[in-house]
Amino acid sequence: MIKTLAAQIKEFKKESVLTPIFMVLEVVFETLIPLMMASIIDDGVEAGDMRHIYLVGACMIASALGGLFCGIMGGKFGARASTGFARNLRQAMFDNIQTFSFSNLDKFSTAGLVTRMTTDVTNIQMAYQMLLRICFRAPISMVCAMSMAFFINARLASIYMVALVLLAIVLFFIISRAMKYFQMAFPKYDELNASVQENVSAIRVVKAYVREDYETSRLKKASQAIYDIFLKAEKNVVLNMPVMQFTVYSCILLISWMGAKMIVQRELTTGELMSLMAYCMNILMSLMMVAMIFVMMSMSIASARRISEVLDEKSDLTNPENPVYDIPDGEIEFRNVDFSYYKDENKNVLQEINLKIRAGETVGIIGGTGSSKTTLVNLISRLYDVTKGSVMVGGHDVREYDMDSLRGQVAVVLQKNVLFSGTVLDNLRWGDENATEEECRRVCRLACADEFIEKMPEGYNTYIEQGGSNVSGGQKQRLCIARALLKKPKILILDDSTSAVDTATDAKIRQALAQEIPDTTKLIIAQRVSSVQHADHIIVMEESRINGYGTHEELIETNEIYREVYESQTSGGGDFDEKVEVV
Amino acid sequence: MPGPMHGRMPKGKKIENPGKVFKRLMGYVAKSYAPHLIIVAVLILVSVLANVQGTMFIQSLIDDYITPMLTADVQDFHPLAMAILRVACFYAVGVAAAYTYNRLMINVTQGVLRNLRNDLFSHMETLPIKYFDTHAHGDIMSVYTNDTDTIRQMVSQSMPQVFNSAITIVSVLVSMIILSVPLTLLTLGMVAVMLVITKKTAGLSGRYFLQQQKDLGKVNGFIEEMMEGQKVVKVFCHEEENVKQFRELNDNLYHSADRANYLVNIVGPVNMQLGNVSYVVCAIVGGILAISGISGLSLGALASFLTFNKSFNMPINQVSQQFNSIVMAMAGAERIFKMMDEVPETDAGYVTLVNVKEEGGRLVESAERTGRWAWRHEHQANHAVDYVELKGDVVFDGVDFGYNDDKIVLHDVKLYAEPGQKIAFVGSTGAGKTTITNLINRFYDIQDGKIRYDGINVNKIKKADLRRSLGIVLQDTHLFTGTVMDNIRYGKLDATDQEVIAAAKLANADGFIRNLPEGYDTVLTGDGANLSQGQRQLLAIARAAIADPPVLILDEATSSIDTRTERIVQDGMDKLMKGRTTFVIAHRLSTVKNSDCIMVLEQGRIIERGTHDQLIEEKGKYYQLYTGNAIGA
Repeated sequence: MIKTLAAQIKEFKKESVLTPIFMVLEVVFETLIPLMMASIIDDGVEAGDMRHIYLVGACMIASALGGLFCGIMGGKFGARASTGFARNLRQAMFDNIQTFSFSNLDKFSTAGLVTRMTTDVTNIQMAYQMLLRICFRAPISMVCAMSMAFFINARLASIYMVALVLLAIVLFFIISRAMKYFQMAFPKYDELNASVQENVSAIRVVKAYVREDYETSRLKKASQAIYDIFLKAEKNVVLNMPVMQFTVYSCILLISWMGAKMIVQRELTTGELMSLMAYCMNILMSLMMVAMIFVMMSMSIASARRISEVLDEKSDLTNPENPVYDIPDGEIEFRNVDFSYYKDENKNVLQEINLKIRAGETVGIIGGTGSSKTTLVNLISRLYDVTKGSVMVGGHDVREYDMDSLRGQVAVVLQKNVLFSGTVLDNLRWGDENATEEECRRVCRLACADEFIEKMPEGYNTYIEQGGSNVSGGQKQRLCIARALLKKPKILILDDSTSAVDTATDAKIRQALAQEIPDTTKLIIAQRVSSVQHADHIIVMEESRINGYGTHEELIETNEIYREVYESQTSGGGDFDEKVEVV
Repeated sequence: MPGPMHGRMPKGKKIENPGKVFKRLMGYVAKSYAPHLIIVAVLILVSVLANVQGTMFIQSLIDDYITPMLTADVQDFHPLAMAILRVACFYAVGVAAAYTYNRLMINVTQGVLRNLRNDLFSHMETLPIKYFDTHAHGDIMSVYTNDTDTIRQMVSQSMPQVFNSAITIVSVLVSMIILSVPLTLLTLGMVAVMLVITKKTAGLSGRYFLQQQKDLGKVNGFIEEMMEGQKVVKVFCHEEENVKQFRELNDNLYHSADRANYLVNIVGPVNMQLGNVSYVVCAIVGGILAISGISGLSLGALASFLTFNKSFNMPINQVSQQFNSIVMAMAGAERIFKMMDEVPETDAGYVTLVNVKEEGGRLVESAERTGRWAWRHEHQANHAVDYVELKGDVVFDGVDFGYNDDKIVLHDVKLYAEPGQKIAFVGSTGAGKTTITNLINRFYDIQDGKIRYDGINVNKIKKADLRRSLGIVLQDTHLFTGTVMDNIRYGKLDATDQEVIAAAKLANADGFIRNLPEGYDTVLTGDGANLSQGQRQLLAIARAAIADPPVLILDEATSSIDTRTERIVQDGMDKLMKGRTTFVIAHRLSTVKNSDCIMVLEQGRIIERGTHDQLIEEKGKYYQLYTGNAIGA
């Protein structure tokens, strides 16, 4: 996990090394100051030597300035190293996600991926900066101060040594106990926020069922639980302060007592006693810092793990070694295909699929909710790999093709489709980035999208909001069809792509497709019989299998499911749609 | 430590009245924790004084004990031992005080957070739907997360810290003045320089932070959009293009974050080293003063003073660091209070829904579920109580409605639904179908006209009871985190497992539920993300069915369910709703065909009404829609 992350430091190695070096230098300068101060007091004040005071004073100021310089450089490189690291992490995740297959994507939720690339990266950025700037600084500061103390007076310094060890042990216990509770608390906290989030987006359901009080009491219970657990955690953390104070105070008193005796016995000077006291704070504060970093770092471990999960995820679909780039035609064949979304499960969602579709044919697919219609077509453009058997396009197994070429030739209009923020033209050009405006208009005519686009305030340059929130469902679907058509595909798959389009327009689109791209194989998944009844063949899916295959007339005769579906809809019956507005 | 990226910059807009917000926040904290706060304040004082007396002791250690002993003939350590013992006692008190106030503060902090969450949430649940329509959900969430976090920072750290620092500063200042006035002036001078530099750097870094927040917003926006559309990206092989675009945004963020962090990073070392310079200058000047004996500065006093110099700079540094988080907390508190001040849904209704049974031809209230409901109408004038049987008779009389007063979306809607009827609404997107159903259960209040429910004006019915009497399956299906069982049970909290399964069977959901990995105990997360749209709708229907409502509203409830399954579901629902009123919104014809009355809506008006056959005969809009001839017309 650490290795995966560390690999992303890349060009910021220099900064990552320089930062701790400067931080250490800063510490060295800082540690010199109390030592020189002892000299001012003993050799200057007590000896009454003004010149010595000036000289050492100048050295002290120089040390402070040296410390300042190093501090600034440390800050500068620390900022660069950590923000650069964060940038690389984000980029690496994004790049890797782009290689993900559908099944990789299914593993992570959209929200999960977004959190990993935003909040988690920010956490790591902060932790990394802290690691570089303080993680080295604090222990070094401790070591420096300790050696100085030993240099001044080994006997008194050994008091610090003892105190340090004791304090470290106690802090370790306190913190590890606290961490245990914190680790229990954070998931609870996330759950609480998730439940608030749910309530906000489902407020209509809550209100419709008059569940306000129920939800409130549930939340109160959850927030009380969080209160309890945080209290337990903080109760431990809060012990740090008095333990620390107790140690510092004990040290000062011990040093005062023993130091006084030693001074009287001329074994120690007053100035030296004072520097020792100054180092006392340095040593114990540094230990405190180390403890704090320890806490912070262990809290960011969860983030680190989540990021490395994305970075380590390898696409389970890979390009073949000598890929075929050319797809000869739009012929599709399924040979004994079984498919399951989860490798370790034997619940196949497709079973024993055998199917042959000739190039240029139009094939309708119909079937109940959850009968695997979408799964079937997703195998054609190799969005998933089959579990058993093979899917052939243009006479080759889809696994032999270069994936980009295959997907360039097999256009899928997904059921859950998305438009992106940008103009209508920008969105269309996802299909072909070099398409002229004329071409864009042509495909929009085919998809019956031209009329409403032209009615928009800025026509083809109208800005589509994120997720296409400023166009209606039917309009969105037509834009998505147009976008797919721009690819000039050999196979076109419409996965319930006209469900929000009224019957007449639906028919018009189908007619246009039949006339304008006759050589393209067309697969149409639909719930309306009218959408598929004129197709060359119709596939009836039922419970993971092909239940019927044939023309409309044949199926009406032979297939019970198809007949039922047909009867539940009237042949002439259209659906209602926003189309009406145009009339 | 508030991280640079977490620290939300106050968004350009200034807090309107920080003083008032601060006072209110303090009031909120004090409401439950006033005694705690007073004790904490006293304890902080004790702890600071204990610390100060310890530092003062260094002076007397040198001047009163060590120096005299160096010259004395007999070295008597007894007085020193007593003095150290005395200081130790003070220290002990100080440590105890520090522990106690810190311990108390956790209760205060966590308690305030809990209360804030509870108050925010329970208030939010009372807000009208309009509030949720007009506020971005992300913004509402950020009140719970970011804004309460700023309060946590402030209550747990800033408040005690500032108070502690203030007392420290005052007591240290007093001690310093006692020790040496010239050195004190010197120290104050250096502090002034420190503050000026801090302010300058903070101003500069603020600018870069703003830029960083902007760039961060862009990066996050892009990430959200692309993750949402990742499958489309794949289908269009748009990955490389995406990477290129992201790289550009990501680089911009890196540059502004680098600069902003750099400036923040140097504030610490700059202040610390200036503190060192101040320490050094005092040592030099103090040394000179001590040698020349001008102001009678003793060696011990110098030693003490130098320690004070350090402990003076530290709290000033701390306060200036807290300043930022206090400003952020004020901005957070303002948003929190703004949400708490939102006006809740008004409910002046007094007619309630009760179960009844018939006894001797009269309706009598019953505590049990009898399957018959009545409106309990207590007249305000004479407190006489009437029972009106709930029949599901809904009348709209000249209803006008607009989400905003200046844009009316429903015009003069007249509607009569007789008990037991199935009423369908059809029409284009935005014609007002959903709006009408949202008025029946008073998600929104109408501008003009009247809505009567069994002859009672809906405004007189208590909202909770009104909604309890109406089962709704909404257009956007929302499921909650929890098991499938829990989700269906949402419609009737005390339903047994058998009832849940029966409802699932009725909605034809039983089959697919049993195929889920854990059956009814499968945990749904993320709004049922692992289910298909059709399956989610079936669950929503089961949830409504278990509530067994007197009136049912189905708003595009079966739009993603295939027609065969829909038919099965519909048969089940028809049986359940026999004799009760059902409202159906659908754009699929098969769904509405067998309705008793179909209303065709266009631009907020009902333009046609009648049964399927009547409307076909009329050859109006419905006919056009039905035959698919709309385009040519």
